[in-house]
Amino acid sequence: MAKKTDAEAMIVATNLTKTYGEFKAVDGINFTVRKGESFGLLGPNGAGKSTTMKMIAATSQRTGGELLILGKDPNTSGPEIRAHLGVVPQQDNLDRELKVWENLMIYGRYFGLSRKFLKGKIEELLEFAQLVDKRNNKTEELSGGMKRRLTIARGLVNEPEILMLDEPTTGLDPQARHILWDRLFRLKELGVTLVITTHYMDEAEQLCDRLMVMDKGKIMAEGSPSELIKKYSSKEVLEVRFGSDNNASVAEQIAGIGERLEILPDRILVYAENGEKALEAIVKKGLHPVTSLVRRSSLEDVFLRLTGRTLVD
Amino acid sequence: MSLDLSSENRMTWVGAKTLVDPQVSIKRGALFVAENRIRNMLKWWTSIIAFGLGNPTLYLLSIGIGIGSLVDNSLGPNAIDHVSYLTFLAPALLATAGIQGAMDEVTWPTLEGFVWDRTFFSMNATAITGKQIANGVMIAAMVRCVLQVFMYELCLLAFGAISWQSIPILLLVASSAGLGFSSIMLAFSASIKDDDGVFALVGRFIITPMFMFSGTFYPITSMPIYLQWIGWISPQWHATNLGRALSYGMPIESWLVILHWAVFLIMTIIGFSWAHRVFTKRLEA
Ligand SMILES: Nc1ncnc2c1ncn2[C@@H]1O[C@H](COP(=O)(O)OP(=O)(O)O)[C@@H](O)[C@H]1O
Ligand SMILES: [Mg+2]
Repeated sequence: MAKKTDAEAMIVATNLTKTYGEFKAVDGINFTVRKGESFGLLGPNGAGKSTTMKMIAATSQRTGGELLILGKDPNTSGPEIRAHLGVVPQQDNLDRELKVWENLMIYGRYFGLSRKFLKGKIEELLEFAQLVDKRNNKTEELSGGMKRRLTIARGLVNEPEILMLDEPTTGLDPQARHILWDRLFRLKELGVTLVITTHYMDEAEQLCDRLMVMDKGKIMAEGSPSELIKKYSSKEVLEVRFGSDNNASVAEQIAGIGERLEILPDRILVYAENGEKALEAIVKKGLHPVTSLVRRSSLEDVFLRLTGRTLVD
Repeated sequence: MSLDLSSENRMTWVGAKTLVDPQVSIKRGALFVAENRIRNMLKWWTSIIAFGLGNPTLYLLSIGIGIGSLVDNSLGPNAIDHVSYLTFLAPALLATAGIQGAMDEVTWPTLEGFVWDRTFFSMNATAITGKQIANGVMIAAMVRCVLQVFMYELCLLAFGAISWQSIPILLLVASSAGLGFSSIMLAFSASIKDDDGVFALVGRFIITPMFMFSGTFYPITSMPIYLQWIGWISPQWHATNLGRALSYGMPIESWLVILHWAVFLIMTIIGFSWAHRVFTKRLEA
């Protein structure tokens, strides 16, 4: 695969800002998304992910900063930009009165595509979204996962230069999530440029080549999932529980073990190169955790390190 | 180019830059929106036809003929404007049909588009602009309005209330009133954050009085002067009075004819510029 740092810049945001009254929902962020990349915005609820997405989808007007999408400014070329984008909003907004295939048809018509072209396209998209046998159902009869897949198929009807997905799997059961990830992974393999927001670290790790960790409208860190983990966390994490009343006092006694400690209400996280060794050191001090677990570091740990809070509460 | 998606299915993919010419939507976006609205309406076409023909028939049978014979019997035949009571009533009924028909297709769809289904946001994610959505909704509403008035005219014709020669002009007058009033309602509906029964209030305190006090059942001049102002601000009265003058030749000053048309025009202009602003702002937020 060609190195993506040289690829064409699809989105360039410079000091991008959005305020609602006094409140800064997006607070001067900078980033670039290149062709063929799968770029993620990871952050908790209220971080400003959707607000950012709406600005780069050329619908919501920015309050400040510069923004170029496909080389154009959305303030002056909104329709031209949107004609070449695919958008999957956080909230499904399918037409309930219309059938599955009709939803794809009308959406294609908004791009000025001919009915003849769309007839063929709809077949491909139904197959892609695994909705062939639901084509004549009204959308209100679909499950959450099916609606989501239909919304994604709809976003692909114009063969977009960038597909934007705002929390594609939030609210879905694990099986539906895996089907969706599989579909998105195929798009990624095709070379479709993806921008994905999520508050699930596993989703970010699965789907994104590079991501931005967002909190309170600001970018906390940026890089590939593995780079972020390397930079902001240790290789392994030891999770120990001493019962919620004891965690704080135990933490004082084990300070110095590992590189860093995080004390959560229900457990202590010990960041260390070698989790087993850290556990041995704790036991040597005569302390016996109720439960212990050694695992690899994840983006959750990166987020905790950066913000002092957990991603999903 | 053909992209391999999986062993069993392939997807052709030339890319939006080649496939989609933004100018098509920039020029014809409103028509695409109208196309969608009409597709939605067609789901209800049987109700639209049944209501469009059934409602006037029932109305004409009960009110028109019943009250008509009462009026004609007590005042003498052709007492008002030298025409039958039904002929006198016809332009008013058409105005109501036009206003109601257009209004139904701007109010509910707009609330649906912004609040319930948020479909306007999905349209606006394509090349379509807020202005085009407003225009498209209105185009579809006018299709329904013209159709509804025309069906009403067929019933009136069958009851001998209007002549076939007056069909085009009455259609134009009633549809213009529908356009004027529903432009305002389009903007108003787009300003509603959440439907907490606002439309029920509008129906009770605006539509019904407009119907009752607009010279529908008797000349507006036979109402006490302190109620006549309702007629003057009501498109229902302007359409009724203009329709009477232009269909069966009720005497009218020429300045008043101009005023009636001007009212429709001004309402349309105000309604559209307000609607364009609200639609654009709400989608850009
Ligand atoms: N239209 C709006 N008006 C006022 N505040 C808003 C609006 N949209 C979003 N916000 C606020 O901006 C912040 C960021 O919201 P959002 O971008 O939706 O976050 P996320 O998608 O990361 O959960 C939140 O605090 C939210 O309440
Ligand atoms: Mg969001």
